[in-house]
Amino acid sequence: MDLKELYRDVILDHNKRPRNFGPLAPVDASADGHNPLCGDRLTVYLQLDGDRIRDVHFDGRGCAISVASASLMTEAVKGKDRGAVARLFDEVHGTLTGECAEPPASLGKLAALAGVREFPARVKCASLCWHTLNAALAHECKPVTTE
Amino acid sequence: MTYDVARVRADFPILARSVNGRPLVYLDSAASAQRPRAVIDAVDAYETHSHANVHRGVHALSQAATDAFEGARERVRRFLNARTAKEIIFTRGTTEAINLVANSWARPRLGPGDEILVTRLEHHANIVPWQMVCAATGATLKVAPIDGHGQLRFDAYEALLSPRTRLVATAHISNALGTILPVARITQAAHARGIPVLLDGAQAVPHGSADVQALDCDFYAFSAHKLYGPTGIGVLYGREALLREMPPWQGGGDMILSVSFEGTTYNDLPWKFEAGTPNISGAVGLAAAIDYVESLGPAAVHQHEQNLLAKATAAALGIPGLRVIGTAADKAAVLSFTVEGIHPHDLGTILDHEGVAIRTGHHCAMPVMEFFDVPATARASFACYNDDADIDRLIGALHQAREVFG
Repeated sequence: MDLKELYRDVILDHNKRPRNFGPLAPVDASADGHNPLCGDRLTVYLQLDGDRIRDVHFDGRGCAISVASASLMTEAVKGKDRGAVARLFDEVHGTLTGECAEPPASLGKLAALAGVREFPARVKCASLCWHTLNAALAHECKPVTTE
Repeated sequence: MTYDVARVRADFPILARSVNGRPLVYLDSAASAQRPRAVIDAVDAYETHSHANVHRGVHALSQAATDAFEGARERVRRFLNARTAKEIIFTRGTTEAINLVANSWARPRLGPGDEILVTRLEHHANIVPWQMVCAATGATLKVAPIDGHGQLRFDAYEALLSPRTRLVATAHISNALGTILPVARITQAAHARGIPVLLDGAQAVPHGSADVQALDCDFYAFSAHKLYGPTGIGVLYGREALLREMPPWQGGGDMILSVSFEGTTYNDLPWKFEAGTPNISGAVGLAAAIDYVESLGPAAVHQHEQNLLAKATAAALGIPGLRVIGTAADKAAVLSFTVEGIHPHDLGTILDHEGVAIRTGHHCAMPVMEFFDVPATARASFACYNDDADIDRLIGALHQAREVFG
Protein backbone atom coordinates (compact mmCIF):
# COMPACT_ATOMS: atom_id res chain seq x y z
CA MET A 1 0.00 0.00 0.00
CA ASP A 2 1.61 3.18 -1.19
CA LEU A 3 0.49 6.63 -0.09
CA LYS A 4 1.02 7.85 -3.64
CA GLU A 5 -1.71 5.41 -4.71
CA LEU A 6 -4.15 7.45 -2.63
CA TYR A 7 -2.70 10.91 -3.02
CA ARG A 8 -2.11 10.86 -6.77
CA ASP A 9 -1.09 14.07 -8.46
CA VAL A 10 -4.57 14.50 -9.95
CA ILE A 11 -6.10 14.32 -6.46
CA LEU A 12 -3.62 16.76 -4.96
CA ASP A 13 -4.13 19.15 -7.86
CA HIS A 14 -7.93 19.11 -7.61
CA ASN A 15 -7.70 19.52 -3.83
CA LYS A 16 -5.48 22.54 -4.17
CA ARG A 17 -7.37 24.05 -7.10
CA PRO A 18 -10.89 22.67 -7.04
CA ARG A 19 -12.74 23.19 -10.33
CA ASN A 20 -16.29 24.52 -10.51
CA PHE A 21 -15.98 25.73 -6.93
CA GLY A 22 -18.45 28.18 -5.46
CA PRO A 23 -22.19 28.74 -5.67
CA LEU A 24 -24.08 28.85 -8.93
CA ALA A 25 -26.77 31.41 -9.75
CA PRO A 26 -29.45 30.94 -10.79
CA VAL A 27 -29.69 27.43 -9.43
CA ASP A 28 -32.30 24.85 -10.39
CA ALA A 29 -31.47 22.34 -7.67
CA SER A 30 -29.00 21.99 -4.85
CA ALA A 31 -28.33 19.70 -1.92
CA ASP A 32 -26.15 19.67 1.18
CA GLY A 33 -24.03 16.70 2.10
CA HIS A 34 -22.47 16.00 5.46
CA ASN A 35 -20.07 13.36 6.68
CA PRO A 36 -20.55 13.42 10.46
CA LEU A 37 -17.50 11.25 11.02
CA CYS A 38 -15.04 13.84 9.80
CA GLY A 39 -17.12 16.99 9.66
CA ASP A 40 -16.93 17.31 5.88
CA ARG A 41 -19.70 19.45 4.48
CA LEU A 42 -20.41 20.30 0.88
CA THR A 43 -23.15 21.70 -1.28
CA VAL A 44 -23.79 20.72 -4.89
CA TYR A 45 -25.51 23.27 -7.16
CA LEU A 46 -27.13 22.35 -10.46
CA GLN A 47 -28.43 24.12 -13.53
CA LEU A 48 -30.62 21.73 -15.47
CA ASP A 49 -31.85 21.54 -19.03
CA GLY A 50 -34.63 19.03 -18.63
CA ASP A 51 -32.82 15.78 -18.01
CA ARG A 52 -29.36 17.18 -18.68
CA ILE A 53 -26.94 18.85 -16.26
CA ARG A 54 -26.09 22.12 -17.99
CA ASP A 55 -23.75 23.28 -15.23
CA VAL A 56 -22.67 22.02 -11.83
CA HIS A 57 -20.71 23.64 -9.02
CA PHE A 58 -19.88 22.71 -5.46
CA ASP A 59 -18.55 24.36 -2.34
CA GLY A 60 -17.85 23.42 1.25
CA ARG A 61 -14.86 22.04 3.05
CA GLY A 62 -13.40 18.67 3.61
CA CYS A 63 -10.36 16.48 3.24
CA ALA A 64 -8.32 16.21 0.05
CA ILE A 65 -10.19 13.08 -1.02
CA SER A 66 -13.65 14.63 -0.66
CA VAL A 67 -12.71 17.94 -2.29
CA ALA A 68 -10.87 16.31 -5.18
CA SER A 69 -13.64 13.78 -5.69
CA ALA A 70 -16.24 16.57 -5.84
CA SER A 71 -14.11 18.61 -8.21
CA LEU A 72 -13.54 15.64 -10.52
CA MET A 73 -17.22 14.78 -10.35
CA THR A 74 -18.32 18.24 -11.50
CA GLU A 75 -16.04 17.98 -14.52
CA ALA A 76 -17.29 14.49 -15.33
CA VAL A 77 -21.04 15.07 -15.09
CA LYS A 78 -21.31 18.47 -16.72
CA GLY A 79 -23.39 18.06 -19.88
CA LYS A 80 -24.52 14.53 -19.04
CA ASP A 81 -28.12 13.43 -18.68
CA ARG A 82 -29.53 11.62 -15.67
CA GLY A 83 -29.11 8.16 -17.16
CA ALA A 84 -25.45 8.73 -17.95
CA VAL A 85 -24.86 10.18 -14.48
CA ALA A 86 -26.46 7.13 -12.89
CA ARG A 87 -24.23 4.79 -14.92
CA LEU A 88 -21.15 6.81 -14.00
CA PHE A 89 -22.13 6.75 -10.33
CA ASP A 90 -22.33 2.95 -10.42
CA GLU A 91 -18.88 2.74 -11.99
CA VAL A 92 -17.39 5.16 -9.47
CA HIS A 93 -19.02 3.29 -6.62
CA GLY A 94 -17.72 -0.03 -7.89
CA THR A 95 -14.25 1.43 -8.22
CA LEU A 96 -14.22 2.92 -4.72
CA THR A 97 -15.44 -0.23 -3.02
CA GLY A 98 -13.31 -2.57 -5.08
CA GLU A 99 -16.29 -4.30 -6.71
CA CYS A 100 -14.76 -3.45 -10.09
CA ALA A 101 -11.32 -5.03 -10.18
CA GLU A 102 -10.07 -2.36 -12.58
CA PRO A 103 -11.58 1.08 -13.08
CA PRO A 104 -13.46 1.02 -16.42
CA ALA A 105 -11.93 3.15 -19.16
CA SER A 106 -15.11 5.26 -19.25
CA LEU A 107 -14.17 6.72 -15.86
CA GLY A 108 -11.50 8.96 -17.35
CA LYS A 109 -9.85 11.14 -14.73
CA LEU A 110 -12.17 9.75 -12.04
CA ALA A 111 -10.01 6.61 -12.14
CA ALA A 112 -7.56 8.56 -9.98
CA LEU A 113 -9.87 7.76 -7.06
CA ALA A 114 -9.19 4.04 -7.40
CA GLY A 115 -6.52 4.17 -4.66
CA VAL A 116 -9.22 4.94 -2.08
CA ARG A 117 -10.26 1.27 -2.04
CA GLU A 118 -7.08 0.44 -0.12
CA PHE A 119 -8.15 2.87 2.61
CA PRO A 120 -11.65 1.74 3.69
CA ALA A 121 -11.96 4.56 6.23
CA ARG A 122 -11.81 7.04 3.35
CA VAL A 123 -14.41 5.59 0.96
CA LYS A 124 -17.11 7.79 2.48
CA CYS A 125 -14.99 10.86 1.84
CA ALA A 126 -14.88 10.09 -1.88
CA SER A 127 -18.53 9.15 -2.19
CA LEU A 128 -20.08 12.07 -0.27
CA CYS A 129 -20.26 14.34 -3.31
CA TRP A 130 -21.97 11.67 -5.39
CA HIS A 131 -24.66 11.07 -2.80
CA THR A 132 -25.13 14.82 -2.59
CA LEU A 133 -25.42 15.09 -6.36
CA ASN A 134 -28.05 12.35 -6.38
CA ALA A 135 -29.98 14.20 -3.68
CA ALA A 136 -29.85 17.42 -5.73
CA LEU A 137 -31.06 15.56 -8.82
CA ALA A 138 -33.90 14.13 -6.78
CA HIS A 139 -34.67 17.69 -5.64
CA GLU A 140 -34.37 16.58 -2.10
CA CYS A 141 -34.16 19.46 0.29
CA LYS A 142 -33.03 17.65 3.38
CA PRO A 143 -29.26 17.20 3.87
CA VAL A 144 -27.82 13.78 3.10
CA THR A 145 -25.27 12.17 5.34
CA THR A 146 -22.93 9.30 4.81
CA GLU A 147 -24.14 7.63 8.01
CA MET B 1 13.44 7.82 41.30
CA THR B 2 13.31 8.35 37.56
CA TYR B 3 10.32 7.12 35.60
CA ASP B 4 11.33 4.02 33.67
CA VAL B 5 9.26 4.29 30.53
CA ALA B 6 10.98 1.30 28.89
CA ARG B 7 9.77 -0.88 31.74
CA VAL B 8 6.26 0.56 31.47
CA ARG B 9 6.21 -0.08 27.72
CA ALA B 10 7.15 -3.70 28.32
CA ASP B 11 3.95 -4.05 30.35
CA PHE B 12 1.80 -3.34 27.24
CA PRO B 13 1.91 -6.28 24.81
CA ILE B 14 0.24 -4.37 21.96
CA LEU B 15 3.17 -1.96 21.73
CA ALA B 16 5.23 -4.81 20.30
CA ARG B 17 3.16 -4.96 17.13
CA SER B 18 3.65 -3.20 13.86
CA VAL B 19 1.19 -1.19 11.81
CA ASN B 20 1.72 -0.80 8.10
CA GLY B 21 5.14 -2.33 8.44
CA ARG B 22 6.34 0.04 11.15
CA PRO B 23 6.43 -0.33 14.93
CA LEU B 24 3.21 1.04 16.37
CA VAL B 25 3.26 4.53 17.83
CA TYR B 26 0.02 4.84 19.79
CA LEU B 27 -1.01 8.43 20.40
CA ASP B 28 -4.76 7.93 20.73
CA SER B 29 -5.05 7.07 24.41
CA ALA B 30 -7.56 9.88 24.99
CA ALA B 31 -9.94 7.86 22.80
CA SER B 32 -9.05 4.55 24.42
CA ALA B 33 -5.90 3.54 26.28
CA GLN B 34 -4.15 0.21 25.76
CA ARG B 35 -4.17 -2.52 28.40
CA PRO B 36 -1.21 -3.67 30.43
CA ARG B 37 -0.55 -7.37 30.83
CA ALA B 38 -1.80 -7.13 34.43
CA VAL B 39 -5.29 -6.17 33.23
CA ILE B 40 -5.37 -8.78 30.47
CA ASP B 41 -4.25 -11.45 32.95
CA ALA B 42 -6.75 -10.42 35.63
CA VAL B 43 -9.65 -10.65 33.18
CA ASP B 44 -8.31 -13.93 31.83
CA ALA B 45 -7.91 -15.41 35.34
CA TYR B 46 -11.44 -14.41 36.23
CA GLU B 47 -12.87 -15.94 33.05
CA THR B 48 -10.77 -19.06 33.45
CA HIS B 49 -11.31 -19.77 37.13
CA SER B 50 -14.03 -17.71 38.78
CA HIS B 51 -16.92 -16.91 36.48
CA ALA B 52 -20.55 -17.33 37.44
CA ASN B 53 -23.39 -14.91 37.98
CA VAL B 54 -23.17 -12.55 40.95
CA HIS B 55 -25.43 -12.10 43.96
CA ARG B 56 -27.40 -15.23 43.10
CA GLY B 57 -26.12 -18.69 43.73
CA VAL B 58 -24.95 -20.41 46.87
CA HIS B 59 -22.34 -22.33 44.92
CA ALA B 60 -18.64 -21.64 45.12
CA LEU B 61 -18.23 -19.95 41.77
CA SER B 62 -21.10 -17.55 42.33
CA GLN B 63 -19.48 -16.57 45.60
CA ALA B 64 -16.11 -16.16 43.88
CA ALA B 65 -17.65 -13.97 41.18
CA THR B 66 -19.52 -11.90 43.74
CA ASP B 67 -16.35 -11.44 45.78
CA ALA B 68 -14.46 -10.37 42.67
CA PHE B 69 -17.19 -7.95 41.60
CA GLU B 70 -17.74 -6.39 45.01
CA GLY B 71 -14.00 -6.37 45.60
CA ALA B 72 -13.67 -4.31 42.44
CA ARG B 73 -16.28 -1.89 43.76
CA GLU B 74 -14.30 -1.45 46.96
CA ARG B 75 -11.15 -0.91 44.87
CA VAL B 76 -12.93 1.87 42.96
CA ARG B 77 -14.14 3.38 46.22
CA ARG B 78 -10.57 3.65 47.48
CA PHE B 79 -9.40 5.06 44.13
CA LEU B 80 -12.03 7.81 44.25
CA ASN B 81 -11.82 8.18 48.04
CA ALA B 82 -15.60 7.83 48.29
CA ARG B 83 -16.98 7.50 51.80
CA THR B 84 -18.72 4.18 51.16
CA ALA B 85 -18.95 1.56 48.41
CA LYS B 86 -22.69 2.32 48.28
CA GLU B 87 -21.72 5.44 46.37
CA ILE B 88 -20.04 3.45 43.57
CA ILE B 89 -22.42 2.42 40.77
CA PHE B 90 -21.06 0.30 37.93
CA THR B 91 -22.24 1.44 34.48
CA ARG B 92 -21.26 0.72 30.90
CA GLY B 93 -19.10 3.82 30.90
CA THR B 94 -19.09 7.57 31.37
CA THR B 95 -21.93 8.03 28.91
CA GLU B 96 -24.26 5.68 30.74
CA ALA B 97 -23.26 7.19 34.09
CA ILE B 98 -24.27 10.66 32.91
CA ASN B 99 -27.48 9.32 31.40
CA LEU B 100 -28.29 7.68 34.72
CA VAL B 101 -28.07 11.04 36.49
CA ALA B 102 -30.02 12.72 33.70
CA ASN B 103 -32.85 10.18 33.89
CA SER B 104 -32.93 9.39 37.55
CA TRP B 105 -31.92 12.64 39.21
CA ALA B 106 -32.71 15.44 36.73
CA ARG B 107 -35.88 14.32 34.93
CA PRO B 108 -38.10 13.88 37.99
CA ARG B 109 -36.92 17.19 39.47
CA LEU B 110 -36.69 19.69 36.66
CA GLY B 111 -39.41 21.72 35.06
CA PRO B 112 -39.96 24.78 32.88
CA GLY B 113 -37.75 27.69 33.95
CA ASP B 114 -35.09 25.44 35.48
CA GLU B 115 -31.59 25.54 34.06
CA ILE B 116 -28.74 23.08 33.61
CA LEU B 117 -25.34 24.69 33.16
CA VAL B 118 -22.57 23.03 31.12
CA THR B 119 -19.44 24.48 29.50
CA ARG B 120 -18.48 24.98 25.88
CA LEU B 121 -15.81 22.30 26.32
CA GLU B 122 -18.11 19.34 26.84
CA HIS B 123 -18.00 16.02 25.06
CA HIS B 124 -21.33 15.22 23.41
CA ALA B 125 -21.95 12.72 26.23
CA ASN B 126 -22.23 15.65 28.62
CA ILE B 127 -24.44 17.70 26.29
CA VAL B 128 -27.00 15.43 24.67
CA PRO B 129 -28.37 13.75 27.84
CA TRP B 130 -29.11 17.24 29.20
CA GLN B 131 -30.72 18.33 25.96
CA MET B 132 -32.96 15.29 26.24
CA VAL B 133 -33.83 16.23 29.84
CA CYS B 134 -34.62 19.76 28.69
CA ALA B 135 -36.83 18.48 25.88
CA ALA B 136 -38.73 16.28 28.32
CA THR B 137 -39.08 18.77 31.18
CA GLY B 138 -39.08 22.22 29.61
CA ALA B 139 -35.82 23.13 31.38
CA THR B 140 -33.14 25.16 29.57
CA LEU B 141 -29.52 24.26 28.84
CA LYS B 142 -27.05 27.09 29.50
CA VAL B 143 -23.47 27.08 28.24
CA ALA B 144 -20.53 28.72 30.00
CA PRO B 145 -18.17 30.22 27.40
CA ILE B 146 -14.44 29.67 26.84
CA ASP B 147 -11.61 31.95 25.77
CA GLY B 148 -9.26 31.68 22.81
CA HIS B 149 -6.95 29.36 24.73
CA GLY B 150 -9.79 26.94 25.34
CA GLN B 151 -10.12 27.86 29.01
CA LEU B 152 -13.37 28.34 30.85
CA ARG B 153 -14.22 32.02 31.35
CA PHE B 154 -14.76 31.64 35.05
CA ASP B 155 -16.41 35.02 35.59
CA ALA B 156 -18.92 34.29 32.85
CA TYR B 157 -19.54 30.87 34.38
CA GLU B 158 -20.22 32.44 37.76
CA ALA B 159 -22.52 35.01 36.19
CA LEU B 160 -24.56 32.18 34.63
CA LEU B 161 -25.23 30.60 38.03
CA SER B 162 -28.71 31.76 38.83
CA PRO B 163 -31.49 30.91 41.26
CA ARG B 164 -32.91 28.83 38.40
CA THR B 165 -29.74 26.73 37.98
CA ARG B 166 -30.48 23.22 39.21
CA LEU B 167 -27.31 21.42 38.14
CA VAL B 168 -23.80 22.19 36.91
CA ALA B 169 -22.37 19.45 34.66
CA THR B 170 -18.81 19.95 33.49
CA ALA B 171 -15.83 18.09 32.13
CA HIS B 172 -12.94 17.68 34.54
CA ILE B 173 -10.57 17.66 31.56
CA SER B 174 -11.59 18.55 27.99
CA ASN B 175 -11.20 15.57 25.66
CA ALA B 176 -10.76 17.66 22.52
CA LEU B 177 -8.20 20.15 23.87
CA GLY B 178 -6.81 18.77 27.12
CA THR B 179 -7.83 21.82 29.15
CA ILE B 180 -7.94 21.03 32.86
CA LEU B 181 -10.95 22.82 34.26
CA PRO B 182 -10.84 24.49 37.68
CA VAL B 183 -13.36 21.98 38.99
CA ALA B 184 -12.78 22.70 42.68
CA ARG B 185 -13.57 26.39 42.13
CA ILE B 186 -16.47 25.52 39.82
CA THR B 187 -17.92 23.25 42.51
CA GLN B 188 -17.34 25.78 45.27
CA ALA B 189 -19.15 28.51 43.35
CA ALA B 190 -22.09 26.20 42.61
CA HIS B 191 -22.32 24.87 46.14
CA ALA B 192 -22.29 28.40 47.54
CA ARG B 193 -25.63 28.72 45.76
CA GLY B 194 -26.86 25.28 46.74
CA ILE B 195 -26.40 23.80 43.24
CA PRO B 196 -25.11 20.22 42.86
CA VAL B 197 -22.25 19.46 40.48
CA LEU B 198 -21.57 16.54 38.15
CA LEU B 199 -18.02 16.07 36.89
CA ASP B 200 -17.29 14.15 33.70
CA GLY B 201 -13.99 12.57 34.68
CA ALA B 202 -13.47 10.41 31.58
CA GLN B 203 -10.28 12.22 30.61
CA ALA B 204 -9.16 13.07 34.12
CA VAL B 205 -8.78 9.68 35.80
CA PRO B 206 -5.81 8.55 33.68
CA HIS B 207 -3.89 11.76 34.32
CA GLY B 208 -3.92 11.82 38.10
CA SER B 209 -6.04 10.84 41.03
CA ALA B 210 -9.66 11.95 41.34
CA ASP B 211 -10.54 12.40 45.00
CA VAL B 212 -14.28 13.00 45.16
CA GLN B 213 -14.12 14.23 48.75
CA ALA B 214 -11.38 16.73 47.97
CA LEU B 215 -13.25 17.82 44.83
CA ASP B 216 -16.45 17.89 46.88
CA CYS B 217 -18.48 17.02 43.77
CA ASP B 218 -21.92 15.40 43.91
CA PHE B 219 -21.52 13.08 40.93
CA TYR B 220 -18.36 11.86 39.19
CA ALA B 221 -18.37 9.72 36.04
CA PHE B 222 -15.56 7.83 34.31
CA SER B 223 -14.83 4.90 31.99
CA ALA B 224 -12.38 2.07 32.61
CA HIS B 225 -11.05 1.95 29.07
CA LYS B 226 -9.45 5.36 29.30
CA LEU B 227 -7.68 4.17 32.46
CA TYR B 228 -5.98 1.15 30.80
CA GLY B 229 -8.97 -1.05 31.67
CA PRO B 230 -11.60 -2.87 29.58
CA THR B 231 -14.35 -1.30 27.49
CA GLY B 232 -17.99 -1.60 28.52
CA ILE B 233 -17.44 -0.76 32.18
CA GLY B 234 -17.45 2.55 33.95
CA VAL B 235 -18.46 4.17 37.18
CA LEU B 236 -20.88 6.69 38.53
CA TYR B 237 -19.93 8.05 41.92
CA GLY B 238 -22.88 9.76 43.61
CA ARG B 239 -23.20 11.31 47.01
CA GLU B 240 -25.14 8.77 49.09
CA ALA B 241 -27.86 11.20 50.16
CA LEU B 242 -28.59 12.07 46.51
CA LEU B 243 -28.53 8.46 45.32
CA ARG B 244 -30.98 7.49 48.06
CA GLU B 245 -33.51 10.03 46.83
CA MET B 246 -33.22 8.90 43.21
CA PRO B 247 -35.58 6.32 41.73
CA PRO B 248 -34.02 3.44 39.79
CA TRP B 249 -33.48 4.10 36.10
CA GLN B 250 -33.59 0.63 34.63
CA GLY B 251 -35.65 -2.19 36.07
CA GLY B 252 -34.80 -5.87 36.15
CA GLY B 253 -33.03 -8.49 38.18
CA ASP B 254 -30.46 -7.60 40.82
CA MET B 255 -31.99 -4.18 41.46
CA ILE B 256 -34.88 -5.57 43.52
CA LEU B 257 -35.40 -7.09 46.96
CA SER B 258 -38.78 -8.58 46.16
CA VAL B 259 -41.12 -8.54 43.21
CA SER B 260 -44.83 -9.21 43.11
CA PHE B 261 -47.57 -7.90 40.86
CA GLU B 262 -48.89 -5.90 43.80
CA GLY B 263 -45.62 -4.04 44.18
CA THR B 264 -41.86 -4.33 44.05
CA THR B 265 -39.29 -3.39 46.64
CA TYR B 266 -36.08 -1.98 45.23
CA ASN B 267 -32.70 -3.15 46.34
CA ASP B 268 -30.35 -1.06 48.48
CA LEU B 269 -27.58 1.10 47.16
CA PRO B 270 -25.64 0.59 44.99
CA TRP B 271 -27.49 -2.36 43.42
CA LYS B 272 -30.68 -0.31 43.00
CA PHE B 273 -29.04 1.16 39.91
CA GLU B 274 -27.55 -2.05 38.53
CA ALA B 275 -30.35 -3.92 36.78
CA GLY B 276 -29.42 -7.16 35.08
CA THR B 277 -26.23 -9.18 35.10
CA PRO B 278 -23.37 -6.70 35.24
CA ASN B 279 -20.07 -6.66 33.37
CA ILE B 280 -18.27 -8.72 36.00
CA SER B 281 -15.04 -9.34 34.13
CA GLY B 282 -14.99 -5.66 33.19
CA ALA B 283 -15.14 -4.68 36.85
CA VAL B 284 -12.32 -7.12 37.59
CA GLY B 285 -10.28 -5.55 34.78
CA LEU B 286 -11.00 -2.06 36.06
CA ALA B 287 -9.77 -2.99 39.54
CA ALA B 288 -6.59 -4.41 38.01
CA ALA B 289 -6.15 -1.22 35.95
CA ILE B 290 -6.43 0.91 39.09
CA ASP B 291 -3.87 -1.31 40.83
CA TYR B 292 -1.59 -0.89 37.84
CA VAL B 293 -1.87 2.89 37.62
CA GLU B 294 -1.33 3.25 41.34
CA SER B 295 1.72 0.98 41.16
CA LEU B 296 3.25 3.42 38.65
CA GLY B 297 2.39 6.37 40.85
CA PRO B 298 -0.15 8.83 39.43
CA ALA B 299 2.15 11.78 40.21
CA ALA B 300 5.05 10.18 38.35
CA VAL B 301 2.82 9.37 35.36
CA HIS B 302 1.48 12.91 35.36
CA GLN B 303 4.99 14.38 35.36
CA HIS B 304 6.09 12.04 32.59
CA GLU B 305 3.11 13.00 30.43
CA GLN B 306 3.67 16.69 31.07
CA ASN B 307 7.28 16.31 29.90
CA LEU B 308 6.06 14.61 26.73
CA LEU B 309 3.46 17.31 26.13
CA ALA B 310 6.02 20.09 26.50
CA LYS B 311 8.46 18.38 24.16
CA ALA B 312 5.81 17.48 21.57
CA THR B 313 4.32 20.98 21.60
CA ALA B 314 7.72 22.62 21.10
CA ALA B 315 8.58 20.25 18.25
CA ALA B 316 5.15 20.61 16.60
CA LEU B 317 5.41 24.39 16.58
CA GLY B 318 8.51 24.00 14.40
CA ILE B 319 6.33 22.63 11.59
CA PRO B 320 5.30 25.39 9.20
CA GLY B 321 1.55 26.03 9.16
CA LEU B 322 0.88 24.06 12.34
CA ARG B 323 -1.57 25.66 14.74
CA VAL B 324 -2.12 24.27 18.20
CA ILE B 325 -5.81 24.33 19.14
CA GLY B 326 -6.17 24.62 22.89
CA THR B 327 -3.36 26.41 24.68
CA ALA B 328 -4.66 26.46 28.22
CA ALA B 329 -2.12 27.15 30.96
CA ASP B 330 -3.32 24.06 32.79
CA LYS B 331 -3.45 21.21 30.30
CA ALA B 332 -3.37 17.43 30.23
CA ALA B 333 -1.16 15.62 27.72
CA VAL B 334 -3.32 16.29 24.68
CA LEU B 335 -2.00 18.04 21.59
CA SER B 336 -4.82 19.11 19.29
CA PHE B 337 -3.73 20.84 16.10
CA THR B 338 -4.32 21.68 12.47
CA VAL B 339 -1.82 22.04 9.63
CA GLU B 340 -2.55 24.66 7.02
CA GLY B 341 -3.55 23.17 3.69
CA ILE B 342 -3.90 19.61 4.98
CA HIS B 343 -7.21 18.39 6.33
CA PRO B 344 -6.91 16.47 9.63
CA HIS B 345 -8.27 13.35 7.95
CA ASP B 346 -5.48 13.40 5.42
CA LEU B 347 -3.00 13.86 8.27
CA GLY B 348 -4.56 10.87 10.01
CA THR B 349 -4.22 8.66 6.94
CA ILE B 350 -0.62 9.67 6.27
CA LEU B 351 0.39 9.26 9.91
CA ASP B 352 -1.31 5.85 10.02
CA HIS B 353 0.69 4.88 6.97
CA GLU B 354 3.78 5.64 9.06
CA GLY B 355 2.45 3.51 11.92
CA VAL B 356 1.45 6.53 14.01
CA ALA B 357 -2.09 6.35 15.42
CA ILE B 358 -3.72 9.68 16.24
CA ARG B 359 -7.36 10.75 16.40
CA THR B 360 -8.75 13.02 13.74
CA GLY B 361 -12.20 14.54 13.58
CA HIS B 362 -14.43 16.54 15.87
CA HIS B 363 -13.69 14.36 18.93
CA CYS B 364 -17.41 14.25 19.82
CA ALA B 365 -17.07 17.92 20.75
CA MET B 366 -18.54 19.74 17.77
CA PRO B 367 -19.25 22.96 19.74
CA VAL B 368 -15.51 23.20 20.47
CA MET B 369 -14.67 22.80 16.78
CA GLU B 370 -17.23 25.46 15.92
CA PHE B 371 -15.70 27.84 18.47
CA PHE B 372 -12.27 27.54 16.86
CA ASP B 373 -13.86 27.59 13.39
CA VAL B 374 -12.32 24.29 12.32
CA PRO B 375 -14.28 21.29 11.03
CA ALA B 376 -11.91 18.94 12.78
CA THR B 377 -8.49 18.71 14.38
CA ALA B 378 -5.74 16.15 14.60
CA ARG B 379 -5.18 15.08 18.18
CA ALA B 380 -2.16 13.32 19.63
CA SER B 381 -2.68 12.22 23.22
CA PHE B 382 0.06 10.90 25.48
CA ALA B 383 -0.12 8.20 28.11
CA CYS B 384 2.14 6.45 30.61
CA TYR B 385 3.72 4.29 27.88
CA ASN B 386 4.66 6.97 25.36
CA ASP B 387 8.25 8.07 25.03
CA ASP B 388 10.48 10.57 23.24
CA ALA B 389 10.85 8.22 20.28
CA ASP B 390 7.06 8.37 19.78
CA ILE B 391 7.29 12.15 19.51
CA ASP B 392 10.13 11.90 16.99
CA ARG B 393 8.02 9.53 14.87
CA LEU B 394 5.01 11.86 15.11
CA ILE B 395 7.02 14.87 14.02
CA GLY B 396 8.70 12.90 11.25
CA ALA B 397 5.32 11.76 9.94
CA LEU B 398 3.99 15.32 10.00
CA HIS B 399 6.93 16.44 7.87
CA GLN B 400 6.13 13.56 5.53
CA ALA B 401 2.53 14.77 5.26
CA ARG B 402 3.79 18.20 4.28
CA GLU B 403 5.95 16.61 1.60
CA VAL B 404 3.02 14.62 0.19
CA PHE B 405 0.95 17.77 -0.02
CA GLY B 406 3.85 19.77 -1.41
